[in-house]
Amino acid sequence: MQINPEENSAVTSSAFGIALSIRGVHKRYGDREVLKGINLDIRPGEFVAIVGRSGCGKSTLLRLVAGLESGQEGQLLYDGADSDSRHDTRIMFQDSRLLPWKRVGDNVALGLPPHEYINAEYVLGQVGLRERRLEWPARLSGGQRQRVALARALVHKPRLLLLDEPLGALDALTRIEMHALIESLWRESGFTALLVTHDVSEAIVLADRVVLIDEGRITLDERIDLPRPRNRGHAAFAALEEKVLRRVLQLPQDDAAPANDQPGDVSLHRTVDQVRWAV
Amino acid sequence: MSNQTTPDSLTARRILPWALPVLLIAGWQLAAEVGWLSSRVLPEPTNVLKSGWELLRSGELLHHVLVSTRRAFTGLAIGGGLGLLLGLATGTFRRAETLLDTTLQMIRNVPPLALIPLVILWFGIDETAKIFIVALGVFFPMYLNTYHGIRSVDPALIEMARSYGVNGWRLYRDVIFPGALASILVGLRFALGFMWVLLIVSETISATEGIGYMTMNAREFLRTDIVLVGILLYALLGKLADVIARGLERFWLRWNPNYASA
Repeated sequence: MQINPEENSAVTSSAFGIALSIRGVHKRYGDREVLKGINLDIRPGEFVAIVGRSGCGKSTLLRLVAGLESGQEGQLLYDGADSDSRHDTRIMFQDSRLLPWKRVGDNVALGLPPHEYINAEYVLGQVGLRERRLEWPARLSGGQRQRVALARALVHKPRLLLLDEPLGALDALTRIEMHALIESLWRESGFTALLVTHDVSEAIVLADRVVLIDEGRITLDERIDLPRPRNRGHAAFAALEEKVLRRVLQLPQDDAAPANDQPGDVSLHRTVDQVRWAV
Repeated sequence: MSNQTTPDSLTARRILPWALPVLLIAGWQLAAEVGWLSSRVLPEPTNVLKSGWELLRSGELLHHVLVSTRRAFTGLAIGGGLGLLLGLATGTFRRAETLLDTTLQMIRNVPPLALIPLVILWFGIDETAKIFIVALGVFFPMYLNTYHGIRSVDPALIEMARSYGVNGWRLYRDVIFPGALASILVGLRFALGFMWVLLIVSETISATEGIGYMTMNAREFLRTDIVLVGILLYALLGKLADVIARGLERFWLRWNPNYASA
């Protein structure tokens, strides 16, 4: 699937990423079963996006992988091992969670040993905020804060980067910029990426695979073979987006069975178009 | 707040808070000179200033101020320090909270001044008694605000820091303590206020030096002017303590836009 030379760089460095295996994972909160047997294998260096409605369990799965939640059944294997490689994992949250009392540079250096502080400045440069390193986080915009949070995650050279709707609170333009940034840093570093999002188009822009979770089960695992960087206006892009979105919204597939070719389908078509902007 | 403050409004903001005190003092001076106020009730401000100056020149004033300040800050260091430590402990460790909090909440409802007879029985009327009262009084505002501050640190930040490998002492230094600092400083400001109140009362009960002693002594000789000097001193020292506390807030909380601007 990798054709152009830039794609190849991702392949060569892909050994850097973690191979993540999720085997038969169940998770309950009291009586409610949030995850009902999730099986997912992610290759080293692969970018996988998990989409689904809110409350479908996608964030829970990510938090289990990050080790922020426990008490699940089933297995989480990092490079085939139980949790040894988990400390190579970093997570980026929907809110930037910067420490407001530390300057931008010190936020990025959080948890670094002192002799690596210099890396913080370098990574801050990678996200384009080097000259803001002495600023307080309160003085940054939402998009800048998320870029700092991204730098803070990347400075540890994670082999698995978990992204928990990191762009959910940003405006559309900033989001597009962040997509490009995340994609380029991912291709540069070769980490494995697991992105949770409710934005289907974001998932298709970024991911090699889009996984749909619905009511605690994986109901779709779609490989995205579009060349990068991806063009939203492209017909293949639109078709994929339509397909995934229909599954998210649990509408019948219009290309699936002729049984779906009913008069009602037209109104459904319109619904999808209306909803796409809202999702 | 805004950068476009004109020089006019700046001076107005500096001067305006002092307009009322100046006006009051001018009125007072006038009333005393005209003879509406007997000098036994309220001597004129110039007289108060004069006695203040004399006390200052003889070195007596400085001595009393130093003695009082030392008492106040010794009490603050002991009581406030203890409050801070216990607040950190109960805020951080569930077990310390179950062990201590009920007891402390019970003691908190006893006004420190109600303990004066007991304190006199225990320590007599020497330094220890005064420092004990001050320490007891400042303990609770420090304790409560520290405890509350620690408890209200954003758990999302703690979760983030843990997942970034920050644990133990570093978690405390980088996340928990700075997160609680705003609340701790509020506690400090309350404590500084209480500190002077308690010191005044304990010094007027029994002392051989200090501002309280000076005023009580002056009362016996009907020197209302010196009593007023003492009262003004308390006001000044209280204001000074508040300025220091606000300075600390502005420095330590300068990351917070609510504190950063003057």
